[in-house]
Amino acid sequence: MSARKLVDDVLKGRFTYKTLPIAAAIPNPPTSLENKTGMWRVQEPVIDQSKCIKCLLCWTYCPDASIKRRDDDGVEVDYDYCKGCGICMTVCPVKAISMREV
Amino acid sequence: MAQVQRIAIMGDEAVALAVKQAKVDLVAAYPITPQTIIVERLSEYVADGELDAAFIQAESEHSALSICVGAALAGARVFTSTCSQGLALMHEIVYAASSMRIPMVMTIVNRSLNAPLNIHCEHGDVMPERDSGWVHLFAANVQEAYDLTFIAFKLSEREDVMLPVSVNLDAFILSHSIESLIPISDEDAARFLPPREYKLALDFDNPITHGTMALPDTYMEFKMQLKEAVERAKSVYPEIVEEYARISGRKYWYFNSYMADDADAVVMVLGSTYGTLKTAARELREKGLKVGVIGLTMFRPFPEEQLVDALKGVRAVVVMDRAYGYGGLGGQLYTDVVGALYRNGIRIPAKNVVFGLGGRDFKLDEAEAILKMAAKGARDGGFDTHVQWWGVRA
Ligand code: SF4
Ligand code: SF4
Repeated sequence: MSARKLVDDVLKGRFTYKTLPIAAAIPNPPTSLENKTGMWRVQEPVIDQSKCIKCLLCWTYCPDASIKRRDDDGVEVDYDYCKGCGICMTVCPVKAISMREV
Repeated sequence: MAQVQRIAIMGDEAVALAVKQAKVDLVAAYPITPQTIIVERLSEYVADGELDAAFIQAESEHSALSICVGAALAGARVFTSTCSQGLALMHEIVYAASSMRIPMVMTIVNRSLNAPLNIHCEHGDVMPERDSGWVHLFAANVQEAYDLTFIAFKLSEREDVMLPVSVNLDAFILSHSIESLIPISDEDAARFLPPREYKLALDFDNPITHGTMALPDTYMEFKMQLKEAVERAKSVYPEIVEEYARISGRKYWYFNSYMADDADAVVMVLGSTYGTLKTAARELREKGLKVGVIGLTMFRPFPEEQLVDALKGVRAVVVMDRAYGYGGLGGQLYTDVVGALYRNGIRIPAKNVVFGLGGRDFKLDEAEAILKMAAKGARDGGFDTHVQWWGVRA
């Protein structure tokens, strides 16, 4: 079974105890790439690029590696995985990051 | 069936011999009385080149069992052995091993748990692991401890089971007693236990993740898989003991039974006490008392249907426990038996005798007294009390 299909089936409730991999041993890892855990968040960060000074503190502190670093050291949020914890907003020295409801 | 010599051997050494013949790839253990001799002998087999295996003395039992889990995931046939405090320290990994569906065999030389400190026989150490999803087998004598070790590996590694199996033997009474043993030949052992095959083995080319997290949406399903695997261990067991009988001439079953078929009253027990009761029952039969004895070989999964069937026509049972469920209804075997009787519509008196805790001796005349008590229960249609602590000075 592909990781994509396994994640899809679980998320959509299309499984029984007989179709799940035995002992939760996952073939074809990593399913973490397929499993877009960003769906957990209730708030999400928005970066005001005009204020950003490219200090990379948000990139350093994000516990989920969900700040993407561009070649020019500018930053973007990876909304596929961002959990909405707000740490990036707290550490940003120029208040370039704000949180909005999702 | 190859010709083999009958030998005299103590229980621990008989287990070590079986493990050697099972050609394990890894032994990880931590010494604890009274199982130490098992791993001591195994370390000697490895040092002397008689067993081609990795021998790891871990820094604790928790680590020993963890090492076994890892090695089994890599496809190795693994063995460990412990008891009492050591098993208690393993507790966390005991549950991981069954739920991760790790085939392995562990010998538990049943010893009481602290406190007070005591190193003697009791089944109180395995009872906390009773519901863990392991298969638990009990030996009634040294020959059984040896034979059940092979049966345990076979059952454990079956693709439709894949579960850890414990073989329990009574501290000192079996572990340190020299009894007569008829081993199987190395060739028969190799035929019965060919090298282990494992589809989910760790493999660099085909990565697989073990020990994952499952959230509320899937956790119960994985536990349901475990439940069914444990039940399958029960249904495939007759095939395995049949195959073992072909090479050894010794036929095992879910339990040993002595004259239970036509008995008015039956006494049930786990472990070596079966032999004492059997001798006492033989003598009482000669005096015309229709008593029988059942000693369970398989405790988990619980052989409910088979026991209920064996108790047909029996008018009273005494269930003996060498352990106790404090604050509960009695000993663990007793509550299982009473539950099985009740839900199968068998309304016969059942009494619990709690005995031998911390290695207190249990002698032939006491076995006779308990069989007579069972017979009286059958005559009277009831017992005076539900649970009796046998031989306590009150
Ligand atoms: S909200 Fe939390 S998870 Fe999302 S980008 Fe900021 S630090 Fe990372
Ligand atoms: S912490 Fe703020 S200023 Fe620094 S890179 Fe992130 S968004 Fe830009």
